[in-house]
Amino acid sequence: MTPSQLADQAETLAHNANSFALQARELANAAGPVAEAVEPFVFLLAVFLMACFVGYYVVWNVTPALHSPLMGVTNAISSVIVVGAMLATGLAVSGWAMGFGFIAVTLASVNIFGGFVVTQRMLQMFQKKKN
Amino acid sequence: MSASLTSLAYLVAAVLFILALRGLSHPETSRRGNMMGMAGMAIAIIATLAHANMSGWGYALIVLGILIGGGTGTFIALRIQMTALPQLVAAFHSLVGLAAVFVAASALNAPEAFGIGTAGDIHTQSLIEMSIGLAIGAITFSGSVIAFAKLQALMKGAPIMFPYQHPLNAALGVLLLVLIITFVATGLQPVFWLIAILAIALGFLLIIPIGGADMPVVVSMLNSYSGWAACGIGFTIQNLALIITGALVGASGAILSYIMCKGMNRSIFNVLLGGFGTDSGGAGPAAVHGDRTVRSGNAEDAAFIMKNASKVILVPGYGMAVAQAQHALREMADTLKKDGVEVKYAIHPVAGRMPGHMNVLLAEANVPYDEVFELEQINHEFSTADVVYVIGANDVTNPAAKTDPKSPIYGMPILEVDKAKTVLFVKRSMASGYAGVDNELFFRPNTMMLFGDAKKVTEQIVKALAS
Repeated sequence: MTPSQLADQAETLAHNANSFALQARELANAAGPVAEAVEPFVFLLAVFLMACFVGYYVVWNVTPALHSPLMGVTNAISSVIVVGAMLATGLAVSGWAMGFGFIAVTLASVNIFGGFVVTQRMLQMFQKKKN
Repeated sequence: MSASLTSLAYLVAAVLFILALRGLSHPETSRRGNMMGMAGMAIAIIATLAHANMSGWGYALIVLGILIGGGTGTFIALRIQMTALPQLVAAFHSLVGLAAVFVAASALNAPEAFGIGTAGDIHTQSLIEMSIGLAIGAITFSGSVIAFAKLQALMKGAPIMFPYQHPLNAALGVLLLVLIITFVATGLQPVFWLIAILAIALGFLLIIPIGGADMPVVVSMLNSYSGWAACGIGFTIQNLALIITGALVGASGAILSYIMCKGMNRSIFNVLLGGFGTDSGGAGPAAVHGDRTVRSGNAEDAAFIMKNASKVILVPGYGMAVAQAQHALREMADTLKKDGVEVKYAIHPVAGRMPGHMNVLLAEANVPYDEVFELEQINHEFSTADVVYVIGANDVTNPAAKTDPKSPIYGMPILEVDKAKTVLFVKRSMASGYAGVDNELFFRPNTMMLFGDAKKVTEQIVKALAS
């Protein structure tokens, strides 16, 4: 076998291997949904819907006397958006993104601290009085 | 920190947030709940900071932002007067909305940071989520600013109406939708900012026709919006903590709006379309009411009647908050209790300018929470009460809500104070309440009007009781 023949054979072999791979992929695709990974969006949507139900039942259990503190605390926790703002600031490659992220971190922090502190102040007042 | 570990930390934070809300089911567990909320937030922040590959500058800016924002927030929260809570909450909502806008803006500029594509080539799905978060965030921002201005009396509480208002809003809504579709198709920066500007204008226009006394509904609704905005951003950057928390807050605000609407027997659309009431704070001159007579008395008369009663129910309303009369009211209740009179407080769901407003003010004045009752708990007790002392409330006691089908407040659940033997009404004048309807209670023979400032009148009664 001359080197050129060898090269030719290797080439056909490679070609065949390639077409086998293609066929295998098609077969795998035909095997269908069993092997297919679920889109992350569907997973997130599931979490979202469950959270809506949890929120619904938990909030109906809140005593009406504490509806003001409820607004205070929901205001504070909705500022968990600070997480997004921090990622934007810390990982950004562009100056603009960093700047926007910084503003968002600051705004959300006002809410986090303000919300929790004012809620705590309100709840302190609901403490059982000893007299 | 690996990505899975970070996600787990976010999940723990979300569970702690749920427990924080759970704690609010009783005053005794509520403070522990709030602590859990704080712990959850700390976990979420630390997990994010531990995220690999953050730049040194990034860390510095984050810490700086938290210090500036945290300091400001703590300072405001410690200094704020409890009567100013509704506007504080409105102001805080506006900040959440604005933060959502800026996070969306940075995600557009640095999509790599969130793994949603590269600049100029962001995944379509992420663009949809981003624009939803942006639009809701911007509406929350400007809507809350208007709510704040109305509550803080920076602008008049009266509804602002003009011709073609609702068609204009609808047209802007459609335009907003068109812009969002354009943005999703192109991903262009200018379109992004056009959406932000239009949504801000829309939030402004949506809230101005809503009257001051409907602000409890508006504040709850904006609370809900701020949650949905957080959700939209959560989907964009695929963050579990944001999605779960956003859903919790969204549900909470929606339920509070529902409770407020039910308390007024009005649909949410009726409230949102606005134009209801004139928001007369009762400052106007005494109106002429034909030849019907009103029995008015002074503090000594009121003190005499209450001293000889065995059961007194106190009904506070927004007027008490305006006059800061909660401390004087508690003093009066204490004096009566010392004389062996049974004293209870009755609170209507829509009393005040935010859900639970009256409860907080009474708690501030050291009223034990087990003396304070909600409408359905106490309504059957009015018939056994000798005296009802109505301070700063009006529409929520108006029997027309039950008897007059033509009244604008017909069907609204009321505190049935008319069933008590004597009703004492503290009011500045004969002006009608928010709904603009006369209260026939004023003209009943067993009603005595006590004209004057709620705080002064109550203080005079305390003096008269002591002597």
